[in-house]
Amino acid sequence: AKTRGGFIGRLSGLFSGEQLPADMVDEVEEILFTADIGPRVAQAIMNAVEKGLSGDEKQDPARIWGFIREYCSDLLKSHEAPLLLDDHKPFVMLVVGVNGAGKTTTIGKLASKLTAQGKKVLLVAGDTYRAGAVDQLAVWADRTHIPIHQGDDDADPSSVLFSGIERGVEEDFDVVICDTSGRLQTNVNLMDELAKMARVAGKALDGAPHETMLVLDANTGQNAILQAQKFNEAVEITGISLTKLDGTARGGVILGICDQLEAPMRYIGIGESVEDLRAFEADDFVDALFM
Amino acid sequence: MFDVVAKGFRDVRNRFEGKREITEENIDGALKDIRMAMLEADVNFRIAKGFIERVKETALGEIVRVKAKAGEKVEVTPGDHFIRICHDELEKLLGPVDTSIMYSNPRLGPTKIMMVGLQGSGKTTTTGKLAKYLKEREGKKPLLVGADVYRPAAIEQLRVLAKRIDVPVHAREGGDPVEVCRESLKIAEEKGCDVILFDTAGRLAVDDVLMDELEMIVQQTKPENIFLVADAMIGQDAVNTAKEFNARLEVDGFIMTKLDGDARGGAALSIKEVTGKPIKFIGLGEDLDALEEFRPEGLANRILGFGDVMGLMDRF
Ligand SMILES: Nc1nc2c(ncn2[C@@H]2O[C@H](COP(=O)(O)OP(=O)(O)OP(=O)(O)O)[C@@H](O)[C@H]2O)c(=O)[nH]1
Ligand SMILES: Nc1nc2c(ncn2[C@@H]2O[C@H](COP(=O)(O)OP(=O)(O)OP(=O)(O)O)[C@@H](O)[C@H]2O)c(=O)[nH]1
Ligand SMILES: [Mg+2]
Ligand SMILES: [Mg+2]
Repeated sequence: AKTRGGFIGRLSGLFSGEQLPADMVDEVEEILFTADIGPRVAQAIMNAVEKGLSGDEKQDPARIWGFIREYCSDLLKSHEAPLLLDDHKPFVMLVVGVNGAGKTTTIGKLASKLTAQGKKVLLVAGDTYRAGAVDQLAVWADRTHIPIHQGDDDADPSSVLFSGIERGVEEDFDVVICDTSGRLQTNVNLMDELAKMARVAGKALDGAPHETMLVLDANTGQNAILQAQKFNEAVEITGISLTKLDGTARGGVILGICDQLEAPMRYIGIGESVEDLRAFEADDFVDALFM
Repeated sequence: MFDVVAKGFRDVRNRFEGKREITEENIDGALKDIRMAMLEADVNFRIAKGFIERVKETALGEIVRVKAKAGEKVEVTPGDHFIRICHDELEKLLGPVDTSIMYSNPRLGPTKIMMVGLQGSGKTTTTGKLAKYLKEREGKKPLLVGADVYRPAAIEQLRVLAKRIDVPVHAREGGDPVEVCRESLKIAEEKGCDVILFDTAGRLAVDDVLMDELEMIVQQTKPENIFLVADAMIGQDAVNTAKEFNARLEVDGFIMTKLDGDARGGAALSIKEVTGKPIKFIGLGEDLDALEEFRPEGLANRILGFGDVMGLMDRF
């Protein structure tokens, strides 16, 4: 049970007798924390440095950083897995996450990207709760010339999903992307509702949803780890996307999520326009993390 | 969730197990626990550092002996005392409490309140909540202004909320946000509204063009209240965001949303520290009723992971 104990304490202990300059300790610490890597992963990284580098190497800042980069990038890459859209027809995606994370926007951008790749995409307006949510998705549908499936006013989100997926099957769509309303992972009723939506999707089409994507906001701190855990308990997360990386937030908390979840990183959002979605690249991400 | 909260408290308390006083040696471990708790709560790491130094100073300067005579029940242990020092220091940092709204002289026109912040932080929802609060509790007549012309259906969202609380909206799809805000001053007078709430579009502090737009709105409408709306889940970057918005606009206070979840909300401390501005309100849900005036006690416990233990120590 030696996982606790202050980070500084560990670090100075680790370099004791090797005369690591105090400003180097500060620098490593500042950069790791500023990136929202969090105290636990920071400690794991330093433990790895301790084991992985020789006494001489520990004197060399460039070597230390090289090691840390590689460590982080390996961690992310160990989760890589392709999104195999052609394995199912239609391929059903359920997009989930806390309030305001960027779900609807990510769906708009992704739908456009997949359409450009020649896929026939249907959007399903599964957020029947938030004011203006359906209209927001409808604007995206309009902008990208992609059809949208909406329920009647006050429809239950599960029933919208069911009929949307049925339509996806009948009208021969390749990909069906379902929006859901934002919910905090502590809200038991709303998490149950989400689990029900996933079950109903499976009734509409065997094996659906084929991807359940958790959308995280890069501005989020350590709470993202709890989000990942609790959403995964409710609806087995199979992919993660990280939005709002166009700002100064680094999104380092995803390293902590990698420790807990199998799900690979899928996409990053770097703006509010339709073209601002990129496939996740571990090396690029790690470079930006320690910039 | 309760586990997370109770753990910080237990760890710190255990450090002092069997100890009769606070000494330099037994304090070090406890300070490490507090630091860990703060970093996990997303308090900016520099601010956490400063906090730890101050607590250490206070604790050492105030080494308290526990009067535990044989056979008598010990009511206050050094652990409790140390926790109290941390809590009080944090509460001090989160205060002083100022949940006031600055009203204009009614003869000079309506009071203006402007909501600003990052994308998705909760500005539009909070605009609706605050309008409801002002209408029901203060007897005001609010006008909502849709100054977000970028986000798809942002104006529609505001209209739906306005309808729920039965207040008017001024907005123009495709209009210029600065224009729309300026026009609203006259429209409010025509409609007999005495408070105007501007719902601006979410933006990153590094987006110069959009930050200039906010400066223009401020110049043209001179709002008495500019509130930065921040999500309780925000991490270390809260410091940059708050600093930049405050430098550009000189905000009057901030509102922390989504505290109904299990985010520890340590960023509140960071924002308070770098801006020096008070927390005005907190958001506790998606409903328009879920707004409360800020009180520091609960948040201090939440950040430190002490849960509701302070109540147990009231005999102090
Ligand atoms: N700068 C930036 N803004 C983004 C990005 N992705 C989304 N946003 C903005 O973040 C805000 C919230 O995005 P939404 O797509 O509505 O988020 P959501 O998760 O669907 O929100 P709810 O449905 O209310 O839970 C909007 O203003 C988006 O334009 C991104 O990658 N960069
Ligand atoms: N649980 C919870 N959700 C909230 C709270 N405040 C806002 N929300 C939700 O957070 C999401 C984003 O809220 P908005 O009011 O659209 O945020 P915004 O800052 O106007 O977003 P943009 O205009 O896109 O920048 C919505 O799903 C809201 O319902 C709160 O206090 N608690
Ligand atoms: Mg949405
Ligand atoms: Mg808004």
